[in-house]
Amino acid sequence: MLVAEGLGKAFGVPVLVDVSLELRAGEVHAIVGENGAGKSTLARILAGLVRPDRGRMTLRGQPFAPRNSGEAKSLGIAIVHQELSAIATLTVAETLFLDRLPARAGIIDRKRLGEEAHAVLDRVGLGELHPDRRVGTLGLGHLQLVEIAAALARRCDVLLLDEPTGALSPRESEVLFTQMARLRADGTALVLITHRLEEVARTADRISVLRDGRLVATRPAAELPRDEIVRLMVGRDLADPPPRPAATPGPVALRVEGLSGPRYRDVSFEVRGGEILGLAGLMGAGRTEVLRAVFGADRPTSGRVLVGPDATVARIASPADAVRMGLALVTEDRRTQGLLLPLAVRANVTLGSLHRAADPFGAVRARVEEGLARPVLESLGVRIRSLEQPVAQLSGGNQQKVLLARALLQDPAVLLVDEPTRGVDVGARAEVHRLLRELAARGKAIVVASSEIDELFMLADRILVLARGRVTAAFVRGAWSAEAVMAAAVSAGPDPHAERHTA
Amino acid sequence: MSGTVAGPSGAGRDVLALLLVLAALVIAFSLATERFLTASTLRTIANQVPELVIAAVGLTFVLLIGAIDLSVGSVMALSSAAMGLGLVRLGLGLGPASLLALAVGTAGGAGNGLLTVRLRLPSFIVTLGTMEMARGLAYLATRSETLYVGERVEGLAEAAVLGLSAPFLASVALVAVAQLALTRTVFGRHATAIGTNEEAVRLAGIDPAPVKLAIFTGAGFLVGAAGIVYTSRLGAADPNAGIGFELQAIAAVVVGGTSLLGGRASVVGSFLGVLVIAVLGSGLAQAGAQEPTKRLVTGAVIVAAVVADRFRRERAS
Repeated sequence: MLVAEGLGKAFGVPVLVDVSLELRAGEVHAIVGENGAGKSTLARILAGLVRPDRGRMTLRGQPFAPRNSGEAKSLGIAIVHQELSAIATLTVAETLFLDRLPARAGIIDRKRLGEEAHAVLDRVGLGELHPDRRVGTLGLGHLQLVEIAAALARRCDVLLLDEPTGALSPRESEVLFTQMARLRADGTALVLITHRLEEVARTADRISVLRDGRLVATRPAAELPRDEIVRLMVGRDLADPPPRPAATPGPVALRVEGLSGPRYRDVSFEVRGGEILGLAGLMGAGRTEVLRAVFGADRPTSGRVLVGPDATVARIASPADAVRMGLALVTEDRRTQGLLLPLAVRANVTLGSLHRAADPFGAVRARVEEGLARPVLESLGVRIRSLEQPVAQLSGGNQQKVLLARALLQDPAVLLVDEPTRGVDVGARAEVHRLLRELAARGKAIVVASSEIDELFMLADRILVLARGRVTAAFVRGAWSAEAVMAAAVSAGPDPHAERHTA
Repeated sequence: MSGTVAGPSGAGRDVLALLLVLAALVIAFSLATERFLTASTLRTIANQVPELVIAAVGLTFVLLIGAIDLSVGSVMALSSAAMGLGLVRLGLGLGPASLLALAVGTAGGAGNGLLTVRLRLPSFIVTLGTMEMARGLAYLATRSETLYVGERVEGLAEAAVLGLSAPFLASVALVAVAQLALTRTVFGRHATAIGTNEEAVRLAGIDPAPVKLAIFTGAGFLVGAAGIVYTSRLGAADPNAGIGFELQAIAAVVVGGTSLLGGRASVVGSFLGVLVIAVLGSGLAQAGAQEPTKRLVTGAVIVAAVVADRFRRERAS
């Protein structure tokens, strides 16, 4: 049906390298891989949303080089996105038929639209959903189903599903799988992109594994057991990192008990001074949400966060409380949640500690402020022209260090770091890792959330794996392997085989 | 060391540009009319602007945190009404009546702040509502009549030094103090940071709410002070006072280089913005322009200021 040969794409760095793929009519083709392996980029190329730098495609034997998604659509290729793209103010029916609303003389035929929409919704088990309901009032699961229905509504030969079950309940997922089976029987070529291996096992006829932008295997599902898939996804033999000097762990500095919220359930752990705890998990597993809840940035629905001497005090209802109790957070998204981009490096670094440079009248003593900012910036090796330089002008690595500097100035006992090296070059990455290890050696309790397993292996003393908001495994240094962590990250529930460490 | 945190010398350059615009206007009007560049004209302008300057100072901080206050004109009228009632009906002295005006202004600002900050409502709508409420209250309180207070407030508006009124001198002093608060204090720095990226401030462990509340409340207090100045200058408390005043104040602040999007502000700039608009109005009047022309030109200046703001942002990023 659709054949791709030697596809390549780079966004600054190579994202896809020499990927060849054949999608066959009446077949479900699963594409699996770690975060950042290039799965979504591949799907977007096939759907005409992204143009490849190299390689060629043919559709039903004809050359296929869509200039945009509309062209791909008209040739019978539909895609359901991982990120929902619905327009909140439209009705369900309008969403389903947005580009071909039934109309007479420019006036929308409401009656026909409603009937056709109802028929389409019925196919995804949403028969009771009123077609005139505003999309913005739907929950995530229904929204995803509406998007799937929209793809089903157009006759298509190739249907690309990019993480379609991310927001679906198990029951809703079942409906989707049923529809997939029906389309398959009708001769549609289906592509399922997912990191949930149990879905792959249930639905796929063939499986392709992507790793670091390369296709490492395409095999019939029957020949590819789950263990083998995980091994192929991780692929590399990770060299054991230089072992961290075995710090004598201090007293417990942070204890989290049964934390539950919208996207995480019953998360418990503790961290001691001098220790680095890693939080692993796939995208959407709840790492960021857990860190934010611990820090008081979002209110959990239940559970406790204990800090202070021997972790006995529970008094964190806001980030201000958290900082008072000796916590600091370095956020995952430094541009939107961390930095004051147009402002000077000076203002960014001292943001949380300005009171220490103030005189009794609340005036900032510039000299004292510089005395705070300079040493910490120097100790982190931040390269700046002057303290007055806008932080927007710095490289990603230096920006990240400015955020670390801000956190360190607050002298926290517990440091929470979300994706410490996202968008940071290789050299700076190594420096950030060195800094975090040094901080642990100086007795700080550190929690690092990362989507990169290598990074956690490099840094952590213990690793907690989250999957769909639950802790599915815990490992101590020496007892982990990339395969075991990945297996826990893709599992639907707690893995009885993983060593349960009393965290 | 300028003490600014908004990048190298950005604020200084804006002030210089405004001074040049102001000088160009004065020279142009002096050439175009016979009597513009006289001490008496300049004095007249100076003595007309204090209430606008005072309100603009408060508004500068409101815009700095990315908010807006449309209730400025109405709350000023209500403060003025309260002062007039205090003087005429309650027989209060000038001091207590002035305190009443300040209290009314402060209460208005605190109300705006509580609704905006505690209930997380958009300040535009909140202050649009309180603008109407304050106006209605002003009419009710005065039974829609102008209260003449005349000689009771003379002391306030009288010339003090070199023909400049005490309110004008006080407003200049206020500008200086507020500029220092903006650029040199923890409060000013936090306000700037909130206007730049509130979530980042929150995650740095600083609660933005008290800072924002203080700014709304302080702006209301200053509007109360503007009400006192207005009442004393006119010798009357007029419930119709200050219609469109909020827009003049916002225009002055924006012309002064403060961003409507928050994160960048200059009190000195706002002061110069008031002067630019006042000189423009007065000069055009002397040159024989009618009200429609004045409004056309003033409007064009505001648009030009926003365009300039846009270019500054692009240069900065």
